[in-house]
Amino acid sequence: MKAFSYEKPTDAAAAAARAAEVEGAKFVAGGTNLLDLMKLQIEAPVHLIDVNGLGLDEITETDEGGLRIGTLVTNTTLMADDRIRRDYAVLTRAIAAGASGQLRNKATTGGNLLQRTRCPYFYDTAMPCNKRAPGSGCGALSEGAFSRQLGVIGTSESCIATHPSDMAVAMRALDAVVETVTPSGNTRQIPLEEFHLLPGDTPEQENALMDGELITHVVLPAPVGGVQSYHKVRDRASYAFALVSVALIRQPDGTGRVALGGVAPKPWRSAEADAELPNGARAVIAKLLEGANPTEENAFKITLAERTLAAMLKEA
Amino acid sequence: MPPPIEFQVRRRTLLAGSAAAAVSAGFTGKAGAQSGATPAGSETTTVSLTVNGEAREVTVDNRTTLLDALREHLQLTGTKKGCDHGQCGACTCSVNGNRVNSCLSLAVMHDGDEIETIEGIGTPEAMDPMQTAFVENDGFQCGYCTPGQIQSARSVIEEIRAGIPSHVTGDLTAEIAITDEEIRERMSGNICRCGAYSNILAAITQVAEESA
Repeated sequence: MKAFSYEKPTDAAAAAARAAEVEGAKFVAGGTNLLDLMKLQIEAPVHLIDVNGLGLDEITETDEGGLRIGTLVTNTTLMADDRIRRDYAVLTRAIAAGASGQLRNKATTGGNLLQRTRCPYFYDTAMPCNKRAPGSGCGALSEGAFSRQLGVIGTSESCIATHPSDMAVAMRALDAVVETVTPSGNTRQIPLEEFHLLPGDTPEQENALMDGELITHVVLPAPVGGVQSYHKVRDRASYAFALVSVALIRQPDGTGRVALGGVAPKPWRSAEADAELPNGARAVIAKLLEGANPTEENAFKITLAERTLAAMLKEA
Repeated sequence: MPPPIEFQVRRRTLLAGSAAAAVSAGFTGKAGAQSGATPAGSETTTVSLTVNGEAREVTVDNRTTLLDALREHLQLTGTKKGCDHGQCGACTCSVNGNRVNSCLSLAVMHDGDEIETIEGIGTPEAMDPMQTAFVENDGFQCGYCTPGQIQSARSVIEEIRAGIPSHVTGDLTAEIAITDEEIRERMSGNICRCGAYSNILAAITQVAEESA
C-alpha cells in the first residue's frame, strides 16, 4: 500500500471541495472494496477523505412517498429496514444475495454503487487492463483468456468487465436516483440509468461523477407494488459474484420490469424489453440482450438469463 | 496468559515482500498517474479505541488495518490474518457490536469505537458458551479460522434474533427461525480449510438451542 494522509470532515460540501482540491485524494466510506484494491496498489490514493463523519446514515421518507437513503447506510441496515422489506422487497433480496454478513455490515450504499469490477484481469497487476492501465490492452480478450464471468452486452473492444453489484440491479429496476454534492457546493440528481457509463474506449471512466463530486443519497420513488423477486445464479450457493442475476417486478396484469446483473458494465434494463414481459421470458431476453457480443466462454449467459427469468415468472 | 510476542522480521515476511515488489514492476494503472502527488498531511495518526472494555491508544501509520493494529500494536494475536482481503473471515471481530472483517478497515477510521476480539469474550478458565460448544462439537481441526468462526457465530445468532433477513429467509415479514440453512448461509463469509463445517454448524445450533 502507498502512504497516504487522512482527514475526516463533518460537512459534505466541504468534503467534496477538499477532494477536488487535493491531488490524488479519494473518499473512503466502508472501505471494503477500496482497501482491498489499495493493498494490491490498483488504487493508490495519497490522501483519504473519510466520509463517515458526514451524518448521511439515515433513511427518510420523501414528499413523493418514496425513500431517501443516506449514502452511509450500510447494506445490512438497508436490507433489514421494515419499509424496504415491505415496499421494495427486490432490494432486500438483492442485497441479501451479495457479499457476506461481515461485508454487508460495513459496506455502504454509495460505496456499493462505486465498487470496481471483479474481472480477474483488472485484479491481476501483471496482466494488461485498459480499465486499470489505459492503453495497455484487455487481458480478458487475449488468446486463451478466461472470460466465463465477464460481460456479454454493453462491452467494447477495450473492456468486457461487468459491474459486480447486486444492490444496483434492484435499484435500477426501482428507478432509483443518485443525489450528489459537487465541489462547488451544488446538489445534483443523476438517474441510476445514467450513473454508470459504458466502457467504449475509455473503460477507466466508470460513472458520471465529476472530480470530487460526492454521493450523498440514493432516492427511491414511491413504491410500485407488484411481486418483487431477485434471483442470482452463481458458482457457489453463497458469497460469490453473479454469473447472471435477474431483478423482477411483476404486476398482477402481467406487465412489469426486468433488470439483469452479471452480464454488462452496468445494471442492464430497457423499456422495450420491459414491454415484452407479458409475452414471456424468451421475448424479454431477446429484446434485452439484442446485439449481445459474448465470448465463446460466456455465451451461455444469454440462455441462462432467459431460463432464470422463465423460472421466476412461473413463481411470480 | 502467555507473554506478548516479540515481533521480528521473519523469512516468510521477507519473501512475501519481495514477491510484491516483483509484481509492482508490472501494470500499476492509476497508481502511475498519481505517482506525482504526495500525501497532503501526516502519514501517522493517534487513535483511541476501547478494546475488550479497556481504553487503548495507538499511534499508527495510516495504512495500518484494524487487524494489524490489534495484532502488531496491541499484541492481541487471537484475531487471525488469513487472506487479508475479506474473503476468508479469519479476521472477523466485532466493532460497536457488529461483526466486520478487520483486515478491510483502517485503524484510523475507528477512533472512539468499541472493539471486541476473541480475547474479550472468554478465557480458558471461563469460556464463552460458543467457545465451549466449539470444543464439545470438535468445531475445528487446525484452529486457525476458529476465532473468526466464533466471533461470526455469536453475531449470526444475534442477527437472526434481531430479525435481519438473509438470502435464504422465506417470508421477509415473518419471524426468522434459526435453521441449518439460515446458519450455513450466514456463515458463508468464514472459510474453514480443514472442512469442519458440519461440526461448526452443530456448535452454533447447540448455543442457539441452549440460549433459546
